[in-house]
Amino acid sequence: MTPEKRQAYWKRNLSTLLTLLAVWFVVSFGFGILLHGALDKIQIGGFKLGFWFAQQGSIYVFVVLIFVYVRIMNKLDREFDVHED
Amino acid sequence: MSVLAWTYLIVGASFALYIGIALWARASHTRDFYVAGGGVSPVVNGMATAADWMSAASFISMAGLISFMGFDGAVYLMGWTGGYVLLALLLAPYLRKFGKFTIPDFIGDRYYSNTARTVAVVCAIFVSFTYVAGQMRGVGIVFSRFLEVDISTGVIVGMAIVFFYAVLGGMKGITYTQVAQYCVLIFAYMVPAIFISILLTGNPIPQIGFGGELSDGSGYLLAKLDGLSTELGFAPYTSGQKPLIDVFCITAALMIGTAGLPHVIVRFFTVPKVRDARISAGWALVFIAILYTTAPAVAAFARLNMIQTINGTDGAGALYAEAPDWVRNWEKTGLIKWEDKNGDGRMFYAKDDRNEMTIDRDIMVLANPEIAKLPAWVIALVAAGGLAAALSTAAGLLLVISSAISHDLLKKMLMPGITEKQELFYARIAAAFAVVIAGLLGIYPPAFVAQVVAFAFGLAAASFFPAIFLGIFDKRANMQGAISGMIVGIVFTAGYIVYFKFMNPTAGADQWFLGISPEGIGFVGMLLNFAVTYAVSHLTAPPPEHIQHLVEEIRVPRGAGEATHH
Repeated sequence: MTPEKRQAYWKRNLSTLLTLLAVWFVVSFGFGILLHGALDKIQIGGFKLGFWFAQQGSIYVFVVLIFVYVRIMNKLDREFDVHED
Repeated sequence: MSVLAWTYLIVGASFALYIGIALWARASHTRDFYVAGGGVSPVVNGMATAADWMSAASFISMAGLISFMGFDGAVYLMGWTGGYVLLALLLAPYLRKFGKFTIPDFIGDRYYSNTARTVAVVCAIFVSFTYVAGQMRGVGIVFSRFLEVDISTGVIVGMAIVFFYAVLGGMKGITYTQVAQYCVLIFAYMVPAIFISILLTGNPIPQIGFGGELSDGSGYLLAKLDGLSTELGFAPYTSGQKPLIDVFCITAALMIGTAGLPHVIVRFFTVPKVRDARISAGWALVFIAILYTTAPAVAAFARLNMIQTINGTDGAGALYAEAPDWVRNWEKTGLIKWEDKNGDGRMFYAKDDRNEMTIDRDIMVLANPEIAKLPAWVIALVAAGGLAAALSTAAGLLLVISSAISHDLLKKMLMPGITEKQELFYARIAAAFAVVIAGLLGIYPPAFVAQVVAFAFGLAAASFFPAIFLGIFDKRANMQGAISGMIVGIVFTAGYIVYFKFMNPTAGADQWFLGISPEGIGFVGMLLNFAVTYAVSHLTAPPPEHIQHLVEEIRVPRGAGEATHH
């Protein structure tokens, strides 16, 4: 593997990480904590939205984020021919 | 059949299962002992990780805590799940590629320093012992309440079981036992939750029932709880009381601490490939999320049921003479107290001076099926689930302690000449020794067990996480940086916690740094560690060529061999 290719792979990896971690931050620390008061004005069924994000929604998003990450990385590994077997 | 008979039956059957698995999965090599031979499938590993992670605190205490904290309980829900995203994205795949057995292995090799390795070993042992003491205590509580033996006997039985499969089977025995324990604990958690959700809201899915309307026609469950809480002088259930900055820091410290806990990280060394390490973090979180999204529903149901049982549905207070059995049963353990202040023979629970009850948070999950008047076998099942949660976590922690001693301390530093067979022997001795100490901590709990839990997460966040993260993502990070960073992070965090928990425990929020509680200070410690490691590394000479090459190598998946000695 050439150093340039290695660097390109790492760069793509980092930008994937940044995007996914931004979502991670926004749903938990953003919606669940910092904006929780404002979002609580929106009511869905018996849930106030900020409360729902803090005690339910953020956890669902975390699970989805990991599976999205796995998909993206497996594709990236193949594209750069660094996948296993 | 009585509750006691059911409990003996179900707990006995689950123990027999764990012992059977232990006999089947004995370890014959250090590779089996430390990383289960490195051949565990990602789904199995995810399930074992979930059982490893979900401790007595998750199973027994968490819903109770949330039920008393309302919105603020979200710090545990997000804090103890969000860390898996960090783990999957930032640590697990790279550590798997690195391919060693332990965290001190990575830190010692990456920072080419036995000093760094020693700091990591000490932290790993301290964090694990802190944590394991709490598990043994949980075992004791379940035994004393449900099997009516005293706490010491309960702890000794628990020790014997863990001793058997951890010492014999190492990681291999532990992994397969944990899969069985996950099944027991999740079944035990979900059955009462589903029952109660149907009873209260008519919806069998607790996650949805929790936001639904009550079957008695009195509106949304959460709205009713908000109303009741306000009436009784509490803050509304769905709005927080802690300052935002503290909620933010506690959540962050728990998330980052989770990602830095050695017994969690080591699980990702047991899968065959880098790809498997990524997906297995995902599976772990799926299995964890099932319990963690149910817990806040259980908390809300339990709160409503508890208030209505004690204060009566009319809110005038229920007659003590007619109190249900669970009140009397838990009174015997001292975890519920009633003091008839106004002499009317009625119980009353409130925040203000009308209050006549002292209720321990830890009983909410265990008493919940009794409060909801569920059948005897469900109550017995909860006891077995609590034990599964405590034992599975204890076993994982004991393994970290034993490998830190036999592998990192003896093999890598003090006695490099020992053969694999001798190392395995020492690993077993260390595990046996750790079981005994853990048991003693359970029987004679130091008064500060509850206070030191903040330590485990704070220290993991302030020591391991930055060192591992920068070890992968910053090629320039060197020995000088990592050692000074870890020391600054640990000294600051430990100092703050010791000061506010032990030396000056009466100091209120107004004296805390920026209003951040000792539970959340690990986040600040972590930031300090990052800043110091970065600054010192960039002011001193770069790490040697072969280390920079090692970092290049762990960044690409191909060529991950099995976890090895070399």
